[in-house]
Amino acid sequence: MTREITLSKAVNEAIAEEMRRDPSVFLIGEDVAEAGTPFKVLSGLVDEFGPERVIDTPISEPGFVGMAVGAAMTGTRPIVDLMFGDFLYLVMDQLCNQAAKQHYMSGGKLSVPMVLRTNLGATRRSAAQHSQSLHALVAHIPGLKVAMPSSAYEAKGLMKTAIRDDNPVVIFEDKLMYQDKAPVPEEEYLIPFGAANVLREGRDITLVATSSMVQVAAKAAEALSAEGISAEVIDPRTLVPFDEATVVESVRKTSRAIVIDEGHRNFGVTGEIASRISEKAFYHLDYPVQRLGAMDVPVPFSPALEDLTVPTPEAVAKAARRAVRGEVADAA
Amino acid sequence: MAAQAAKKTGGSRSGKEGGAAKAAKANTEDYLRMYRQMVKIRAFEDQANQLYLSAKMPGLTHMYSGQEAVAVGICEALTDEDRITSTHRGHGHCVAKGAEFRQMFCELLGREEGYCRGKGGSMHIADQAHGNLGANAIVGGSMGIATGAALSAKLQGSDFVTVCFFGDGATAQGLWYEVMNMAALWKLPVIYACENNGYSEYTRTDEIAAGSLTARAEAFGIEAHRVDGQEVLAVNELAQRLVERARHGEGPFFVELDTYRYHGHHVGDINRDYYRSKDEEAEWKERRDPIVNFGKWLEAEGILSADDLVAIGDEIRAEAEAAVAYALNASYPEAGEVDMHVFAGVDHALPYIDGYAKGAGA
Repeated sequence: MTREITLSKAVNEAIAEEMRRDPSVFLIGEDVAEAGTPFKVLSGLVDEFGPERVIDTPISEPGFVGMAVGAAMTGTRPIVDLMFGDFLYLVMDQLCNQAAKQHYMSGGKLSVPMVLRTNLGATRRSAAQHSQSLHALVAHIPGLKVAMPSSAYEAKGLMKTAIRDDNPVVIFEDKLMYQDKAPVPEEEYLIPFGAANVLREGRDITLVATSSMVQVAAKAAEALSAEGISAEVIDPRTLVPFDEATVVESVRKTSRAIVIDEGHRNFGVTGEIASRISEKAFYHLDYPVQRLGAMDVPVPFSPALEDLTVPTPEAVAKAARRAVRGEVADAA
Repeated sequence: MAAQAAKKTGGSRSGKEGGAAKAAKANTEDYLRMYRQMVKIRAFEDQANQLYLSAKMPGLTHMYSGQEAVAVGICEALTDEDRITSTHRGHGHCVAKGAEFRQMFCELLGREEGYCRGKGGSMHIADQAHGNLGANAIVGGSMGIATGAALSAKLQGSDFVTVCFFGDGATAQGLWYEVMNMAALWKLPVIYACENNGYSEYTRTDEIAAGSLTARAEAFGIEAHRVDGQEVLAVNELAQRLVERARHGEGPFFVELDTYRYHGHHVGDINRDYYRSKDEEAEWKERRDPIVNFGKWLEAEGILSADDLVAIGDEIRAEAEAAVAYALNASYPEAGEVDMHVFAGVDHALPYIDGYAKGAGA
């Protein structure tokens, strides 16, 4: 049986199911209990699991992330709620120096089965410190896995896999999609890491898009289809591990690719994926791999400016048309 | 030298101890073990220093010499199931928690038989089997881990206690105040053990620390103690009481242990005149050495003779030398191991992150 539920509800269900399944799983973070987070994603969990397993903390991000690392090293499986992705900067030592490296530094003796769930996404009029998409920061660090759900279905399946993983997993939810509904089975399912999803098959161009940008790419593909351009849309689902083979195979078929991601373009995810395509599908390319990312400016508050910083379906379609027609790419 | 009573510096729960407190270890066997453990740490460090000076050890290391009574006095109050987190100056904690010379020297020399298969080195030795969750090369970096281990013990309903070792320099890290707050709120079984050796790397701590350290813990309602960290029996007596109380839900606690680091910040910090005097170093070494003084006390009590003390030193030195000789000839890890142990459940990380190898369950 499949019903339509919101992304928020999907995350809530995934966590509740895993907490029922495994008593060592617990939630920790700011305003996770009665408040259920500012986005209400965790509403009701404290009623079922009690304050011992749904733990409200002070506003001390390094403190509770560090404690989650220690708890994970000693037999429990914490799910840490980091209220905004922008707060990653506060917890970098605990996440990148401690969590990511324990297994390696101990020669495999210690492990950190911990999930850090946080969010990304601009255009919520929240300005520069509550709108960033910082997944590239953590995807850069060996020892961390990074998941990027693009719908309610994806969010539930990836969250359940993350909770069962024996490593630190950072999972980024698009905060603008919490109320978006999608068909989600009532039966249990998990989505494996490192297995990209081909949302739409196409012949002329490959659109590789992550998280919030998957729907942008899908809309662009729909518009292009009306013009006779057949676009293939691929959602990698996880950045670490990254399903390189599916992407490379697609581009070898279509000969053209655009990579779309809401992180800043400079030194980020789009550059990494474009580089892999160039390395592995060079002789199949008919056009330089194109990249669309968040504009390389701090996210501005004014709606008139903020909307300029994020890739849109129109921008993707425009880039795709030029690539398919073989028009000379913009020099700048 | 009798076990010196720890100075009590207040705390809201200070009146509740007593009945639950176990007496300090008061038999010959315990004394001998504590003495031997301190001698082991000193012997280990002497060998490690020689390895550095003779250019046989890669990198640098931080000597624990002078602080032995802290690690031994506290770890002797713990079981193998109790946990510790350690620091960059961590060899003493590792030995005191039960580690073996051979695997430790192999780790210092980057050999496959090391505790961490040579991947951690001096600053990351972990010995999970004895509850050592690892040294940490970030000053104060393990305060969250230790407090989280205590949270985990509470969630699991176990009575394990975690001791978080750190130096006076680490008290300047904000993380400590965040986790003390939560540990106090949730009454976690953690003991924050601050080894105050007087120096934050190359700077006198009293030049950069305002107020008193015990007062900082007390601000969170945490019972704080200050003890002479050169007196192993005083440290052990206090640790026995606090560990027992923490086991029964009366934690957390803070202990400041006054001690001294004989060497520089690390083995390469040879010329120290600009931050401390040779007279000061001589004063601590000649008058307050924890091993010499405890040895004298054992002799005075008729537990050991002067010859016994020399024999113990010789025996342990020979053991350390043999372990070094073994480690110097031990194998390095195979090159193929470089991308192993990045992820649990994944044999080799490089093909895995590119999506060409599946991990366990994912």
